[in-house]
Amino acid sequence: MISCLPLDLATGALLLWLGLGLLGFLLGGWPALACRLVFPASSVVALLLTIAGFTALTATPDHLQLHGPLPALPWSFQIDPLSGFFLILLGLLAFAVALFATGYFRSLPGPDLRRLMLQYHSFLLGMGLVLLAANAFTFLVAWEIMALASYFLVVTEHEEVGSRHAGFLYLLIAHLGALSILLGFVILAGATIAQGGPFSAMLHAPLNPFWASAAFLLTFFGFSAKAGLLPLHIWLPDAHPAAPAPVSALMSGAMLQMAFYGMLRVDFLFFGKLALWWGPFVLVVGLATALFGVLFAAVQTDMKRLLAYSSMENMGLIMVAFGLALIFRTHGLNALAALALAAALYHALNHAFFKGLLFLGSGSVLHGAGSVAMDRLGGLIRQMPQTAFFMLLGTLAIAGLPPLNGFVSEWLLLQAFLLSPALPQSTLSAVLPLAAAGVVLAAALAAYAMVKFYGIAFLGQPRGTRYVHEAGRWEQSAMALLSLACMFLGLFPGVLLNLLHPVLLEMLGRGFAIQQGLWLTPVSAQRASYSPVIFFLGMAIALGLGFLLIWSLFGRPLRRVPVWACGFPVRTPAMQDSPLGFVQPLLRIFAPLYQAERQADDAGRWQVRIGEPVYRGIYQPLNRIVLWLSAQVLRLQQGRITLYLLYSFLTLLVLLAIWR
Amino acid sequence: MTAILLELAQVLLVAFLAPLFAGLLRALRTILQNRRPAGCWQSYRDLYRLFHKESLQAEGTSWLFRFAPYGIFGAFCLAAGIIPILATGLPLAPAADVIALVGLFALARVFQVLAAMDTGTPFATLGAHREMLIAGLAEPALLATLFTASLLSRSTSLSVIVAHLEQLHFALHPSMVFAAAAFFMVLLAENARIPVDNPATHLELTMIHEAMLLEYSGRHLALMEWGAQIKLVLYVAIGIALFLPWGIVPTAEIAVLPLTVPILLLKFAAAALILALVETLLAKLRLFRSPEFMATAFLLGVVGLLSFFMLGA
Amino acid sequence: MMITTQGLAWGIPLLRLLAALLLLLAFAMLAQRRLLTLIHLLAWQGVVLAAGTALVALLTGQTELWFSAALTLCLKAILIPTVLHRLLRRLQVHGDVEAVLNIPLTLLAGIALVIFAFSLAAPITALTGTVTRGMVGIALAAVLLAFLMMITRRKAISQVVGFLAIDNGLFFAATSATLGMPMIVELGVALDALIGFVILGVFFFQIRETFDSMDLQNLEHIREE
Repeated sequence: MISCLPLDLATGALLLWLGLGLLGFLLGGWPALACRLVFPASSVVALLLTIAGFTALTATPDHLQLHGPLPALPWSFQIDPLSGFFLILLGLLAFAVALFATGYFRSLPGPDLRRLMLQYHSFLLGMGLVLLAANAFTFLVAWEIMALASYFLVVTEHEEVGSRHAGFLYLLIAHLGALSILLGFVILAGATIAQGGPFSAMLHAPLNPFWASAAFLLTFFGFSAKAGLLPLHIWLPDAHPAAPAPVSALMSGAMLQMAFYGMLRVDFLFFGKLALWWGPFVLVVGLATALFGVLFAAVQTDMKRLLAYSSMENMGLIMVAFGLALIFRTHGLNALAALALAAALYHALNHAFFKGLLFLGSGSVLHGAGSVAMDRLGGLIRQMPQTAFFMLLGTLAIAGLPPLNGFVSEWLLLQAFLLSPALPQSTLSAVLPLAAAGVVLAAALAAYAMVKFYGIAFLGQPRGTRYVHEAGRWEQSAMALLSLACMFLGLFPGVLLNLLHPVLLEMLGRGFAIQQGLWLTPVSAQRASYSPVIFFLGMAIALGLGFLLIWSLFGRPLRRVPVWACGFPVRTPAMQDSPLGFVQPLLRIFAPLYQAERQADDAGRWQVRIGEPVYRGIYQPLNRIVLWLSAQVLRLQQGRITLYLLYSFLTLLVLLAIWR
Repeated sequence: MTAILLELAQVLLVAFLAPLFAGLLRALRTILQNRRPAGCWQSYRDLYRLFHKESLQAEGTSWLFRFAPYGIFGAFCLAAGIIPILATGLPLAPAADVIALVGLFALARVFQVLAAMDTGTPFATLGAHREMLIAGLAEPALLATLFTASLLSRSTSLSVIVAHLEQLHFALHPSMVFAAAAFFMVLLAENARIPVDNPATHLELTMIHEAMLLEYSGRHLALMEWGAQIKLVLYVAIGIALFLPWGIVPTAEIAVLPLTVPILLLKFAAAALILALVETLLAKLRLFRSPEFMATAFLLGVVGLLSFFMLGA
Repeated sequence: MMITTQGLAWGIPLLRLLAALLLLLAFAMLAQRRLLTLIHLLAWQGVVLAAGTALVALLTGQTELWFSAALTLCLKAILIPTVLHRLLRRLQVHGDVEAVLNIPLTLLAGIALVIFAFSLAAPITALTGTVTRGMVGIALAAVLLAFLMMITRRKAISQVVGFLAIDNGLFFAATSATLGMPMIVELGVALDALIGFVILGVFFFQIRETFDSMDLQNLEHIREE
């Protein structure tokens, strides 16, 4: 009974989502009713999916095969601890986002709402199917559903040129990635691709080193296109701001992790033997992505673009942890690989929660203040106090500050790095300390970027917006839930690590010691220990005692006075730091990277535009080459009938010659 | 029971002797500049005066502005309980290792910066972004230094690191030399000392730390100043724990304490003298030279890590 | 070259400490902008060198090394820096040294060189098997860093300082790797340094007289047109 519950529950939940999407489409004529009905139901279904994920962690893996329209290609589903973990991630995030969407899309007109509901639920269906797929055919169909549904969500505001451009770029890169994944699966499946390429046949497939590396590179390229790693990240900063906030939250929090799921399944379960260079390769790509992402996140002036680049940085950190796990695994140090992999999985879940929270908060800001451009915001903490509080928790979490959750995954990753002297090879011994230094640099700069994000938008004086209203009750409850999740994951890391145990067992054959009580001691108490609860209590007590003591001895009510500001008589909002002004030292130090151009506009104000080096360096030349090639091919089309007859005649001659 | 009392004693000692350390440092600097010092107890008089003054809140600031001084003070008091100053193996020590300690300092810094941005004045935001820039480079350097010590002791818990380094007596590692240089530079940067920031300046364009305190007055300003003094003592304590650990005994051997406390005070006095010398002999760097300073510290920390990995020492 | 085991216990780590100080000083020179501080750092390197030689003399009991240490102290720590200082004042060279690359990039290149030197030295230390593990690598790294310093500077004085720093690194490598310095090698190295010094000194005055400045970029204008 228990063994068949998770898969049935999961597939049932996905079908319910599809049903809700269709229901929402049909009820489009009554938007308020549709919103109140469909989205809360969607969140309940998400909870069901989460329960399925939890039970999958402890149940035995289950399998289901259906025969579809094509006789030789069956739909094949399975559920195992790895899928279970990602189902939990998807379910919890979708739960909170659906609650937010109930309030957020309240005022959307009927036709737009019906389309949105269908696309939204197809998106969720696609992601869920990716996690449950058990053969290449199902996986790729689900991948395509996910990509197409999210494309339509990205171009929701299709009247804007920017949205259409963002959607086009997104679709292009997504399909490039899908093609690459398909080729990778073909290599891995070999002859069994004719039966749909079941994953069970790909397990520990014996491939000679050349084909194994080719499959690795193809699948890595394909999944990194979806994950937004360097250099396939250019769709990220345009697509996330173009989509509505709840959708951006899902894309950033869940969809990027689907790519990570794919990489995990392929690299840990399918390859029997890992080549020596794969781990360092993934590590270096991840580190470069993280540093690039954080440097560009710091110089954005749009809240959502900043969060998009920050997602890139976090995916880079996950890849660093993943690469480290691969390195340890290649050398047979499975216990250390378990620690690195736990850090990666923990960070994936953390990212879903705090990034989701931040995107939802940006949506509230967009609705409440009318803009997400930071140079028109400021001082929102006074007019949107609850949103500001939740966003503060999200910012502290993403900056990696104890005792919240972002710190725990970074702590685990750094502990894994510190265990690396156990590695035998000596060339790695030069790369790994540099990588550790790079990781801490990325984390420190991320704190800079996120402090800017919160401070410029929520603190200080208002720079432009005047009439601001707070977010509604549904939105606030969703953000509160995500903040609670962040705090829980930060204060009780042992709970999640114990949950991860079956996942690590499946991937590596061993986990690490069960965490007990309030202490986080992944290796041993002698080696490293951290207790977030004691930390938090210690700080609270010190703070509380200090406050009581000082209040009782010296306490007097505070008097409000005008700001001193060094005695300057005039104080305008423009005198504060602008979003680019706050990071001006970074702009100066890394000037060659940013290729910033300053122009004076008609009003006499300086506009600084940041260039995108990867776009200018790689994509535009590629674009020019492709256009040139197509222009050459165009020469074939001369418009003369005799020439076309000549083409047909030549082809006929060639075919006759070959056939003979 | 003795452990808890010792823990409490350590926190109180740090909190109440921090102004004395700051006063001693200032007095030494003044003597080196051929002026008459105001005495080591001046900081206490300053704090007393500030606590009894009225505290004002700027218009337009929010609860963050009021909360930040207490948050910072609480964070530093917690850190005083974690770092092994009097003894290793205190009850709070396993709750946070070196990485969490750096995270704790970062938390205090973020609160300070957010409180500064809350005021919305140009100088406060100027100080805020400069502080985040310096921190963005100093924190990695500090972590690289602490990693070198952790790799040598095969642990990230400060108590275990100190216990391990004490046993080594005079086995000096090249990687610790680089770590020491990097740590000293980070100490200067994070505590707003010359050559990164001038703690005595009131010129708006040269301030980093002082700029963030401009709107505070009364007991809030007293807390912020006290917090900065405690932070300096904590950094010196970490330096002593990592590079001159002899004398920090395990909690069990508490009977030796009357012997080790004078040695500790002597170490602090020596540190004050070195800091005063450095501050007098160097000039403050231009702001855009300070990233170079921090980059040097970071890269020295990385060299320390490299020499551990590649030379095994 | 007999070393007592008791001497080994604290002597070798102390020697390693001095090696690390040498490398630290080489890094500091790389990151320096001011000419005066460069000369002071060179003087400190001489002190470290003398201390290292004295330590080796103490450990192995070779009395000639004491003379070598004293000579190093007088020459490298006192005499040469004084001469350079006087030269600086006579040529009235003011202002910062302009580095060709910016300092963080130079330091990154320095780190790459350190990695290179360490990985080069790894098989050597495996071969010798004596207790000088890591010392050859550090000394080699110091030499390469001094070379990098010479490449990234424009003023002629800093080229001389770089050259002398290379000499320091080689000297340290010789003493620490073999725990003793054959007199021939020492004389040869000293002669090289002397000749180079004389030639560079002559050059200085010529450059100064021709161009009225010590900037090496002026030399680029001398070309067959």
